[in-house]
Amino acid sequence: MLNTVYRLVAPRRFEVEFNDINLHAGQVVVRPTHLSICHADQRYYQGLRPAEVMKSKLPMALIHEGIGEVVYDPAGNFQCGDSVIMIPNTPLEQDQVIAENYLRSSKFRASGFDGFMQEHVALAPDRVVPLDPSIDKIVAAFTELVSVSVHALRRFDAIAHSRRNIVGIWGDGNLGYITAIFFKAMFPDVKLYIFGVDQEKMSQFSFADDTFSVMDIPSGLLIDHAFECVGGEPSQKAISQIIDHIQPEGTISLLGVSEYPVPINTRMVLEKGLRLFGSSRSGREDFLKTVALYKEHPEIIGYLSNIVGAQIEVRTIADMNRAFEMDIHKSIGKTIMIWNK
Amino acid sequence: MVFGVILAGGVGSRMGNVEKPKQYLKIGNKPIIIHTIEKFFVHDAFVKLIVLCPKQWMENTKNLIKKYLADGAERVVVLEGGTTRNETIMNSIAYIEKEYGLEDDTLIVTHDSVRPFLTYRIIEENIKYGLEYGAVDTVIAATDTIVESQDGKTITSVPDRKKMYQGQTPQTFNAKKLKELYLSLSEEEKEILTDASKIFVIKGEKVHLVEGEVFNIKITYPYDLRVAESLIQEQNKAK
Repeated sequence: MLNTVYRLVAPRRFEVEFNDINLHAGQVVVRPTHLSICHADQRYYQGLRPAEVMKSKLPMALIHEGIGEVVYDPAGNFQCGDSVIMIPNTPLEQDQVIAENYLRSSKFRASGFDGFMQEHVALAPDRVVPLDPSIDKIVAAFTELVSVSVHALRRFDAIAHSRRNIVGIWGDGNLGYITAIFFKAMFPDVKLYIFGVDQEKMSQFSFADDTFSVMDIPSGLLIDHAFECVGGEPSQKAISQIIDHIQPEGTISLLGVSEYPVPINTRMVLEKGLRLFGSSRSGREDFLKTVALYKEHPEIIGYLSNIVGAQIEVRTIADMNRAFEMDIHKSIGKTIMIWNK
Repeated sequence: MVFGVILAGGVGSRMGNVEKPKQYLKIGNKPIIIHTIEKFFVHDAFVKLIVLCPKQWMENTKNLIKKYLADGAERVVVLEGGTTRNETIMNSIAYIEKEYGLEDDTLIVTHDSVRPFLTYRIIEENIKYGLEYGAVDTVIAATDTIVESQDGKTITSVPDRKKMYQGQTPQTFNAKKLKELYLSLSEEEKEILTDASKIFVIKGEKVHLVEGEVFNIKITYPYDLRVAESLIQEQNKAK
């Protein structure tokens, strides 16, 4: 079936192209309904990736956070009209030890191949996760980002030692906020401290046990484990502070993306016997866990709706540009495209 | 009930030296008519897809549908087209009446078999507004100035471009209503009213507009075929 694809062909320029979806390949055909813009999409849109990367990846449809409705499923596992979340990570092999999102062979939507800015998206059946229709679709649109936090929290649970009296999260942006919400849902008995720079943003973390300005952390304050949700250049300062305030043998979960190598005080990492581990992207298990948590803790949806920014109905390419331009000028929050293509 | 009606009745006369009717030419790896049927096929609102084509192409059309849709071919029926576009549509209504009966809300979404680039949204909005208004036409705002000439030599008038639209398909109709209106036409009127939505307009019925897409092109000339082919081949450049 001919399918309209809206590919970025050059910075700030989308063009219509077509592919042919094979209706007999066992794939589920989903019509996107709500798409959420991520920093990674913006780096392509604004042409901020290195020139050779832009050249090798474009033309490519952007967006890896989104939900939709099933229009065709030859296996009959889904009914037409079922709400579903689309998983952007696409493994090409199975591995008993390494998670699908860390396999070097896995492809990722809007990074290695076309993302969700299409009329229809054809996905392998295990790349589609049912979404309870009662869940707010605007919030559900960025479930992928949420699943990245849930993935990191599951790794934390598997890796961190059992003394978990106090845990700190560095970062008061979207990722820090989402990680904090789910930390409280998954580890309700552990004290959670937030470390950030913006008092206004930190006031939203009402469910946390305390918040601290990174300019003014009490010297005697100690935490058992930490999450770094800062990214970029400031992540160096954040990791350094974490190392200062963490107890011996604590774990530091790194989630913030930086374009540059970050220097780390390895002397203290050695002396304290710390464990640093990275987390990136997510897999099917993380999506299933996320959806289960939505159901178990309905209050989560309310918390997540606090970071919804602009909602833009998209019918034309001009609307797509408008959505990306508005997203650039936001201070915090997620820009959602209500996709009507 | 909603039916998809794919109009492949005409034998193209404007395609240069190609022998086949244009709907049977391939773009990408499939005949154009199959691309068009597939767009309707994935829409679960359709009870049945009715394909109307020239008599001598009926067996070929059935074979193509079996080949490309496999088990899905059961949802598609191939009928012979009429002498005019409206007669072809009437054939589809006669089939529906015989097999399913005509209800007050029986809707037909009629579409040119040579417009394979239509979108899910266009079909969806045709059904939505068809059920609400009884008649729908798919259009795009005119980009070229339209001039009217009565004698083909000089301009009679230049209508305001802002009010001008170019007609595409699908065109969607309440089947019962269309049949009534068509049967009320004189033979002379039938000759003039080649477009089904015009019948509604002439009879004072409202026809709702649905926004089409610039790329929902009708493959009429050899040039269109090359454009269509290049639109699909773009995928090879992408990842």
